[in-house]
Amino acid sequence: MSDSKRTPSEKADFKRELTEVIPHLRAFARGLCGRPDMADDLVQEAMMKAWAAQERFEPGTSMRAWTFVILRNAYLTDMRRNRFRGEYDENVAERILTAPADQEEPLHLSDMHRALLTLPPERREALLLVGAGGFSYEEAASICGCAVGTIKSRVGRARATLNSMMEDGDIPRRSTDDASAHRAILQELDMVAAGNGLASKTR
Amino acid sequence: MKSDKQKRATDSSENAKVNLQQAGAPSGHGAEHNPEWANGLRRLYDSVVEEPLPDSFKELLSRLDDKS
Repeated sequence: MSDSKRTPSEKADFKRELTEVIPHLRAFARGLCGRPDMADDLVQEAMMKAWAAQERFEPGTSMRAWTFVILRNAYLTDMRRNRFRGEYDENVAERILTAPADQEEPLHLSDMHRALLTLPPERREALLLVGAGGFSYEEAASICGCAVGTIKSRVGRARATLNSMMEDGDIPRRSTDDASAHRAILQELDMVAAGNGLASKTR
Repeated sequence: MKSDKQKRATDSSENAKVNLQQAGAPSGHGAEHNPEWANGLRRLYDSVVEEPLPDSFKELLSRLDDKS
């Protein structure tokens, strides 16, 4: 790859920072695509792309934001190739998402995850970035390559959907109408992909 | 290393809490605009952040070194 200009110490710094953000990449990927095994494949793909593109990383800037852009691009590309479609693997998720420390809490994490996966992808990613990843609206807009107002509107809509879903107790159960949900997701993907902006530069 | 990671997780979790309180909450409503699911969303994210890293990632990291 074209990483020959970086000194060994710069490469070591890059690798250390990349290593530190892996847990966050895994969390973002799992929120995006639902299936833990596919999410991890996606993270590994993003890590290799990040490593190959390391000269384009500006030291001192946010490695988490930079790698999220790469992860997001890899996700959109794979989605369009139908490698996965926001599928939700109930058994794996039950095992992984159960949080023993909070068992008395009424909202199970797998319910939360199912609810999240019913959102259109661009609202889901906006909510993940801002509401779970702790990015500012500005950072999220930069990651998604869209305007700050667009991110605010997506988060607001996602919020409204989840609020009403939770108020009505209308949390999707296992084997809801997945087929139609997936169709809707795929239809919206092209819209999301169209707004790549900053994201496309890191390809 | 581990404490760095945990600190980072805590920071983003705190930011996320503030972010969702702001999202769609114009003024002064405080906790009622931080619904239960918002906490669930953060826990969903943090539960993955706190998972031990699978060996496949450690293997990938060492393969990156081989290439350089």
